[in-house]
This record gives sequence, structure tokens and C-alpha cells, in this order.
Amino acid sequence: MQASSKTPNDVSYLEYQGKHKGLWKWILSTDHKRIGLLYLYSMMTLFLVGVTLGLAMKFELIAPGKTIMEAKDYNAVFTVHGVIMIFMIVIPGLPAVFGNFMLPIMIGAKDVAFPKLNLLSWWVYIAGAILVISSVLFGDGSPDTGWTFYAPYSFKTGSNMLPAIFGAFVLGFSSILTGLNFIVTIHRMRAPGMTWTKMPLFPWTLYGTAWIQLLATPVVGITLVLVALERIFGIGVFDPALGGDPILYQHLFWIYSHPAVYVMILPAMGAISEIIPTFSQKHIFGYKAIVASTLAIAFVGYFVWGHHMFTSGMSGTAQYTFSILTFLVAIPSAIKVFNWISTMYKGSINLQTPFYWAAGFIFVFMIGGLSGLVVGALATNVYLHDTAFVVAHFHFIVFGGVGFSFFGAIHYWFPKMFGRMYDATWANIGWLIFTTGFLALYSPMFYLGMQGMPRRYYDYLEEFHAANILSTLGSWVMTLGLIIILINLFRSAKSGPIAPKDPWKGKTLEWTVPSPPPLENFDQIPEYHEKDGPYEYQ
Amino acid sequence: MYILASTQASNFVADVDRAFLFILAVSFFFLIALTAVMIYFIFRYNKKRHPKAEQIKGSNLLELIWTIIPTILVLIMFYYGWAGWKPMKKAPEDSFEITVVARMWNFTFEYENGRRTDTLFVPKDQPVKLNLRSMDVVHSLFIPSFRVKEDVVPGRDKFMWFTPQNEGIYELFCTEYCGLQHSYMYNWVKVMPQDEFNNWYTDTTQQVASAAVESPAATGKRIMTNIGCFACHSVDGSKIIGPSFKGIYGHEVTVKTQGEERTITVDDEYIKRSIYEPEADIVDGFNKGLMQSYQGQLSDEDIANIIEYLKTLK
Repeated sequence: MQASSKTPNDVSYLEYQGKHKGLWKWILSTDHKRIGLLYLYSMMTLFLVGVTLGLAMKFELIAPGKTIMEAKDYNAVFTVHGVIMIFMIVIPGLPAVFGNFMLPIMIGAKDVAFPKLNLLSWWVYIAGAILVISSVLFGDGSPDTGWTFYAPYSFKTGSNMLPAIFGAFVLGFSSILTGLNFIVTIHRMRAPGMTWTKMPLFPWTLYGTAWIQLLATPVVGITLVLVALERIFGIGVFDPALGGDPILYQHLFWIYSHPAVYVMILPAMGAISEIIPTFSQKHIFGYKAIVASTLAIAFVGYFVWGHHMFTSGMSGTAQYTFSILTFLVAIPSAIKVFNWISTMYKGSINLQTPFYWAAGFIFVFMIGGLSGLVVGALATNVYLHDTAFVVAHFHFIVFGGVGFSFFGAIHYWFPKMFGRMYDATWANIGWLIFTTGFLALYSPMFYLGMQGMPRRYYDYLEEFHAANILSTLGSWVMTLGLIIILINLFRSAKSGPIAPKDPWKGKTLEWTVPSPPPLENFDQIPEYHEKDGPYEYQ
Repeated sequence: MYILASTQASNFVADVDRAFLFILAVSFFFLIALTAVMIYFIFRYNKKRHPKAEQIKGSNLLELIWTIIPTILVLIMFYYGWAGWKPMKKAPEDSFEITVVARMWNFTFEYENGRRTDTLFVPKDQPVKLNLRSMDVVHSLFIPSFRVKEDVVPGRDKFMWFTPQNEGIYELFCTEYCGLQHSYMYNWVKVMPQDEFNNWYTDTTQQVASAAVESPAATGKRIMTNIGCFACHSVDGSKIIGPSFKGIYGHEVTVKTQGEERTITVDDEYIKRSIYEPEADIVDGFNKGLMQSYQGQLSDEDIANIIEYLKTLK
């Protein structure tokens, strides 16, 4: 490949000098590992913006009436918080960072199937992010519709909606291209002997996710274009004044946005399914059941969107059909929880930071999932829909579930990605503080919803005050935990002790290559024989 | 016993709460049991106590058990949810009908005899059917104590119904985000005994009625909140779309009347004219054509209350 005497595999991917220099060697790199890190750094930056907005919201809600901002600003803050967190963090989240970095290594490939397309996905992602941010910085008034862009408000408001809508549209392409890339990679590039039933579980969840990205994302793309056309030309698809139907908008939006929840959570489940066997030093319990439940979630997840709309206006038949399907999609998630806990049974558990995150994940994911049953049932949904209860429920899933898994994954794969170890004590302290703050932040919202406090409320009645104070205090504690975690990781990436090849005694293929891996991952493509497998600890 | 909002105020409460309690009980059982088992495993099979893992790869029997039992449980949950919701879908024939008009950012309740109120007055033990109309965007009418909620969608005729079972005053919220003043789009439901309701209903001396009068100024503030004055007029001196109310009463302002500039003192007469004929005098530095007339929506008594409130804004 190179004219020099060194082959690319003599140096790690971090040190490798390609034809570009400085920043260019990163932002023009087609190496899946560098692209993974590009996503990691851009997401971390955006995540901190989203967290700051969330903190501002919680601070506003510490007391009724105005605390730090006007209603107009509050509405803009929760909108931009939602758009950033959903479209730029949790949807791309684990696939873009750990999928890019780990998928090819875990299946024994040198890169993804289309490395240039992969780089394009990142550029498209950045373009979408810049568009959304520009809607805040320029024009008259930040977007104020909530991340759901509900019609007809989204084309009646005078705020700067078009860049935000177009940004979300562009971000969708990044997601579609990544999905396409992963599907082809998994089908075509698995190591010899790695049959489907010998593929590790994280790639399996990426596979399920990729199909959702590929098939569902175009729906939201079309929908957002229609909203933009409605705003510019008044085409009358969603505007009742022109014969359009606002409920149609909600259907189209949730046909994508509900499966998108599974885009978020499936890879999170996948990372947990890697961490638990490694630190239990034990074969995953019920491999095939976990794979089947992954595919079942990906499939049934397409047919439950209506549960966001039980009070919107649908036929009774549609309502109870969506309700029963919603209950059925809970079963595969429950099966996964049972299998994870059973994997610990008679294991030899090495209590390290990633395992703490995995156990924390199981706990908060159970709360999120079980509270989903409450809002999945028709009678209770009517009561709790659009209250703070729903806000608590989905934060337990998309921040509790995805966030805990993300932090678990970064502590798990950090030695591989950066070639250095982190300070475990600080990492564990960070976990403890973060988890405490998380529970204090979101649990009171369940109570507020049961009391009847609607969501997206800038101001509230005195009876909702006490629980809101606790929630705000929780947000500060959680942020402290987050700061500890991030400082620890940043310092360790620079100056932590050198990591060995396999610090956790894992059995998946990424632990067979040096830390950090060389440019092309493997000197020789590995091969799976009869007795080999990702979880064979004997 | 009441985990959900306050009292047993409507016919739906018992069945909704039954579904809620059943799901909550099952959920807590699984949450606590699974967490306890997990913590026990983490403790018992820590590598210090259990240095060598036993490779158990799975069990078809267990997979079957923990598929079937949760399936049965969620189907029971579905049933309770369905049973509590089914009666909400069809209002009895003899319901007392009230039309709800939702707009940014208030609800108006219109009765068949022409009465219009900003508080919802309903008779006890009588099925009430609310016909829902939206003038602009999607709103949602939520009465927590009655366990009912329905979106109010422009261009669609929708309804909700309930039978109030307890006297009292209950909260009523908009729960679908609808813009700037969404969190101020709330009001009250007043449930009255039949005869008291009939007296109120046939009393034609007032056009717009409000419940729970604390003081004229407080009532005035509530009326203004409900009809959305504060969306355009601040109370802290800042300029939004119209002039601020801060310190306005008794002070002089420069206005344009039919193109002619003049200076007048803000008094009762001026305030009343500004509400009924907003185009008559335009305050210097503001634009015409932005405010609608509230003639017919607000009575003279309402305006008297509003004036009392404005006097408090020094």
C-alpha cells in the first residue's frame, strides 16, 4: 500500500500518517476507527450543549413563575434540547461511535463495506447539525415546536423552523447511509467460519437497527419535506384550513419516530450483551433467544406507533390494536433482561466500571420499560399521556437505557480505542454520583405526571412545586457525576497507563488485536472453527 | 389509596385506577424481585467467592417460562386498560352537551342557551358531553380528577364525556403543547348539585362567568390570563407586542386617534375602550391591527375586575 518500508499495520490507527496532515488526516480519513472517534467527539460536543439546555430547563422549573428565562426562551430551549438529543445523540449514538469502531473488528473485517460512504455519513451528520444549530443563531426566533414538529403549529409559528426541519431531514440521510453500510458489511464481510449464529450480539443488534434506519428513516424525511412545503407554499396536506389533516402528520411522524426508539435502544442492549458475559467470564445465557428477541423488537417495533396517539383521534379498533401490539413488544425486552441476569448466575463476576454501568442499565431500563406498560394500557394512557410521567418514562429509556449503555460501552472499549486504561476509582465514583443524580432527576417526574402536571410547561401550579425542586437538585448531582466521568476519561486518554491487548479477558475478536488496533485491524483475517465462538470461555 | 390526582370525581376513576394499580403492583414486584436477584448474583458470584465460572449456555424451558408468564400478565394489563377505556368512547344519549372552543391560549365553554364561560360549570351526576373545537392548532383538554383527556384538533369534530360524581372545583389543563402561553392555558371545572346548576344556568344577568372569586383584582388577573392578554402585554415594563401594563393606570400616554396625536390619561373609560375597540386609540410606537375586540367575550363586570388588577401593577 505505502512505498515506505513500514506496512500500515506496524503502527496503530492513531499514529498512522496517511496522505493528509493535521486535522485533515482525521476529517478526511476513511478508516472506520477514526470515523468512530469523529462521531464520538462531535457527539460529545453536542451532548454537552444538550445537557446545558436541559440544566437550564430544570433550573427554570425549580420554582413556579419566571426563574431565569421567559416562556418564549423556555419553549425554544426544550425544542432544541429535544432535537439535539434525539436526532444527533441517541439515534446515531451507539451505532455511529461503537458500531463504526467495533463492528468490523468484531466480525473480523478490515473496514466497513463502503469506507468512503462511511466518511460521507459523518460529513452529512455535521452538515445537518450545523443547519439545526443555525436555526438558533440566525433568523427571528429559535424553533419552538418541540422536537415533534406537530402540525399545524409547526407551520403557524413565526419562529425559524425551516433550518431546523431541513437539518433533521439531512441528519436522516446520515442514518440511512450508515444503516446501508452496516447491512452490507454484516452480510458480506464476516470472517470465514463466523456463521450467523456465531456472530457476537452487538453486531446482531446493529444489524436489526440498520434495517430500521434504512426502511423507516425515509418516512420522516418525506414528512419533514411536506412540513417545509406546507410552510413555504401552503400545499394543504396537513393544514386543516386548506383541507389537510394534522392527524396524518402525527401518523407519518410516529411511523418513523417510534421505530427510531428501537434504533436507539437495540444497540444499547447489544453493548450490554457484550459487557455482561465478559465480566461474568461466562457464556451469554440464551444466545438464540437474545438474537430472536432483537429481531422481534425490530420487526414488531414498526407496528406500535399509534400508541403515541391514543388521544389524538383514531378509531377504537386502531386504538386497542396498537395497545395490544405495544404490550407484545414488551415481551422480547423482558426476555433480554431475564437472560442478562441469568448470565450472571454461577459466573465469576469481576466488578469493574463497565459492569456497574451494565447493572445500572438493567435497573433503569426495567423502570423505563415497566412504566411503559402503564402508558401502553389504554385507560391509564388517556390519563398520563402528555404529562410529566411520559417525560420520566422516555428519559429512563432513551437517557437511562441508551446513556447508561453508552457510558458502559465507553468504559468497556476505552482501552481498545485509546490504548490506555482509565482510573477505575474515579470512574466508579462518577458512576455512583451520576446514577444517584439520574434517579433524583427523573423519578419525581413520574410522581408529577400522576398528580396531573402536563409536560412542556414553563410555569406550574404550587402543588407541583416540591417534586420539581427535587428534580432540579437531581440534575445538578447528575451533572457533577458527568463532569467527573468526562474529566477522568479525557485525562486517561492522554496519560493513562498503557492498556494490554485484552484487559478484561474478553473472547470477542476485538480483544485479539493490539490496543489501539493497527490501521487494517488484522495482520491476517481470523478464522472461526467448529469450537470457536464469541462467548466460549472454557 | 389515591396515588393518582386527588379525588374520585367521575364515573371513570374506579376503572382507570384499577388498571393503574394492577400494572403498578406487577411492575413493582418484578422490579424489586429482579433487582434483588441481580444484586444477590453479583454478590454471591463475585470472583472472590466464585473464582471459576460454570459455563451454562441457556435453557429452553426457562426461555419458555419467561416468555409465557409475562405474556399472560401483559394480556391481563391490556384487558384492564381496555375495560377502563371502552366506556369513554361512547357518550350516553341523554348527555348535557357543551361546546368547547380552544384557541391559543384559552378554552371557552359555550352552552346551548348561549352562555359562554371560561370556567367549566357542570351538574353533578349528569353525563356531560363536551364537543371539542379548535380555532388554530392542536390543543388537548385534560381534567386529571376525572381521568379524561382528549386532543382538540382543528378541522375535526371530536368529543369527550364524563359524569361528575363529587361537588367541587377541579383543575383543567391544556396538555398538547400549543405555543408561547401553553402553560397558562388552564382553568377550572366547577361541579355543582343539579338544582344549583340549574339556577346558575338560567341566570341571564351575566355573560361570562368565573368560579371561585377571591378578590376583584385576583379575578381580573385570572380573566386576563385565560383570554391570553399577557401573550402581548407584559406586567414588568418590557415591550412585547403591545404596551406593558406596568404602572399604566393613572399615567399619561400619547396615542394616535384617527391619525391625530393626543395625550390622554389612562382611566376606566380608556381601558374599556381599548378592550372593546382596540383600533380606536393606538399607543405611540405600536402597530395597528394586532388586537381583536373582546366585545361580547368580556362583560362590564369582567372589565371592572381587570381594572382593579391593573391598578395593582405599580
